[in-house]
Amino acid sequence: MTDLTNLTVAGIRDGHRAGDFSAVEVAEAFSANVAGAKALNAFIVETPEHALTAAKAADADRAAGTLKPLSGVPIGMKDLFATKGVQTTAASHMLEGFVPPYESTVSQKLWDAGAGMLGKLNLDQFAMGSSNETSYFGNVISPWRRNDGGPNLKDRAALAPGGSSGGSSSAIAARLCPAATGTDTGGSIRQPAAFVGISGIKPTYGRCSRWGIVAFASSLDQAGPMARDVRDCAIMLEVMAGFDAKDSTSLDLPVPNWEAALSSDLKGKKVGIPKEYRLEGIDPDIDAMWDAGIAMLKDAGAEVVEISLPHTKYALPAYYIIAPAEASSNLARYDGVRYGLRDLPQGAGLQDMYAATRAEGFGPEVKRRIMIGTYVLSAGFYDAYYTQAQKVRTLIARDFEQAFASCDVILAPTAPSAAFGLGEKTADPLSMYLNDVFAVPASLAGLPAMSVPAGLNREGLPIGLQIIGKAFDEQGVLNAGLAIEERAGFTARAEKWW
Amino acid sequence: MSIDQATVRKIASLARIAISDAEATAMEGELNGILGWVEQLGEVDVTGVEPMTAVIPNSLRLRDDVINADPLTGGNRRDDVLANAPAPQHGFFGVPKVIE
Repeated sequence: MTDLTNLTVAGIRDGHRAGDFSAVEVAEAFSANVAGAKALNAFIVETPEHALTAAKAADADRAAGTLKPLSGVPIGMKDLFATKGVQTTAASHMLEGFVPPYESTVSQKLWDAGAGMLGKLNLDQFAMGSSNETSYFGNVISPWRRNDGGPNLKDRAALAPGGSSGGSSSAIAARLCPAATGTDTGGSIRQPAAFVGISGIKPTYGRCSRWGIVAFASSLDQAGPMARDVRDCAIMLEVMAGFDAKDSTSLDLPVPNWEAALSSDLKGKKVGIPKEYRLEGIDPDIDAMWDAGIAMLKDAGAEVVEISLPHTKYALPAYYIIAPAEASSNLARYDGVRYGLRDLPQGAGLQDMYAATRAEGFGPEVKRRIMIGTYVLSAGFYDAYYTQAQKVRTLIARDFEQAFASCDVILAPTAPSAAFGLGEKTADPLSMYLNDVFAVPASLAGLPAMSVPAGLNREGLPIGLQIIGKAFDEQGVLNAGLAIEERAGFTARAEKWW
Repeated sequence: MSIDQATVRKIASLARIAISDAEATAMEGELNGILGWVEQLGEVDVTGVEPMTAVIPNSLRLRDDVINADPLTGGNRRDDVLANAPAPQHGFFGVPKVIE
C-alpha cells in the first residue's frame, strides 16, 4: 500500500471518499510520524486521540453518506489558536498550562468541516520571530539539511524552519501532517513556507476571524493555511475563512469557491515586478529564481510589467514601530491575575507582582518588542514614532493601489535568503528582522499574499516565490501560484535523518 | 535620538517588566540599535498624509441589544472565567493585599 502520509489534503479527501482507505488508517499513519519525529520539536502537545475521534466520525459519515469538506483529513494546529480543553501556550512560559474553555473560530470551522487535530504546533513565542528560536519550548528544527557539511545528514548544521509558524512548516515538510494552520503578522506564514519548500497563503486582512487567536498585532494578524500545494491551500482556506460577528474587523463577504475556480491559464493577466525589490548584494540564487518565476508566468500567458513601490524601504522600519506598539498594548493583559503565570515574590504588592510575573513569563524577544512598543507610544514620542509610522503605512498601501492600476498580481521573492542555520542571526535582532523585508509590505497593506516553492538553491535548500494580490483577490494569487507550481515541478523533499 | 539606562528603566517600569542591571545594560544597546534604524522614517515626506486607521475599509458593527445572544461570549460563565486564574478565591480573582 502507498504511504498515506505522502498524500495531499485533496488526495486524502478524494481517496477517503472513494473508499481507497479509511480515515482511521490516515490518522494513525500521521500520528505515527508525529510520534517518531521528536527530534524536530515541531509539536508542543500531541493529540492523536483528537485525530482518531475525528477519523472515526469521518468513516461513519462516509458510511452514512454525509461526508464533509475535510472528512478524514488530520491537520496540525499552530499553538496560537485557542483549542477547548487542550493547552494553548503561544509557545510562552506565560501561558504554560493554560487550557482554554472555548474554541477559536478558525479551529472550530476546521473541526466542523470534519478535520481532526494531530497536535498543537510549536512557534516563535507569541508569534514574534522569524526562525522559531524564541519558543519557550525549544527550537523547532527544519527537516532540511544543506547538501554539504559531512557525510551524515544527522551531523550537518541544524537549520531554521522559519517563523513564526515554524512548527507548521517543519511538520508539513516532514510529512507529520498534510496541512496546518498558520498566522501571518509580518510574514509568519510565507517565510516559513518558503524555507521548507511548501505553500502558504495569508488572505486579505479580515478574511479569517481573529477570535480565539492569541493576539500579537491586531491590525496585522491574519490566519491562513500552510500545505504542500496550492490546491490544498485553497481547500483549507475555504473552510477557515468567513464572517464572524465576534471579530470586529471580520469581513462580511461570502467565501468564494477558490478550489473550483483554480486555473493556471494567465492569458490576459498582467504580472507586476517591483523594481525596488531588487536588493543590492542579495543572494544571487534568489534573484535567479525570481527571474525563473517571471519566465514561468510568461509561459502561462501573462504579460510582465515593471512596477514601482517607492516606499518599500520604509516598510520594515514602519512595521517595527506599529507591530511592537500593538503588541505592547495587547500583551498588557498578562498580569498574573486572570490566567497564566503568576510570580508573587515574598511580601510583594500588586505592582511588584505584575513586574515579576512579566519578567518571568516573557522571553527576551517578547520583552524587547513590548519595550519598543511602550517607548514609541509614550508621551512625547507618540507622534514622532507611531503617528509617523502610520502615515508611512498609508503611503505603502497607496503604493500598492497605484501599482495595481497597471497589473493584476505582483511577483517577488518571499525571503532574501534560503533557510539559515540556528543561531546564525540570534545575536543581532536587526539582522533577524531584515529577513522579512519582502513579506512585510503586503502585511502592512492587508493584501493577500502567498509563497510557493520554486526550486532549490546551490546548497540544495528550497526557495519560495511570493505572489501578492489585490485586496479580496485570493483567487488571482492562488491561480498565479498554481501556474508557478505546475512549471516549477517542485518535488524535492527533505531526506529523513530524524 | 539615543536612550540611556535611566530611560530603559523608565520604559521597563511603564511596561511592568522587572529588569536586572545586566538586562538593562544589554537592552540599552539593543533598543538603541533598533530605534536608530527606525529613525529613517523621519526622511519620508508625509505632508497631507493621514495616518492609517483601517487597512481594509470596514465599518464597525453594533450587535443587537440582546442579553446572551451568543452564549459563548455572554454572561453566567463565572467558573469558565476563573478556570485558569492562578489564585481564585471565593469566586473572585485573588490579588495580593493592596490596602495596608
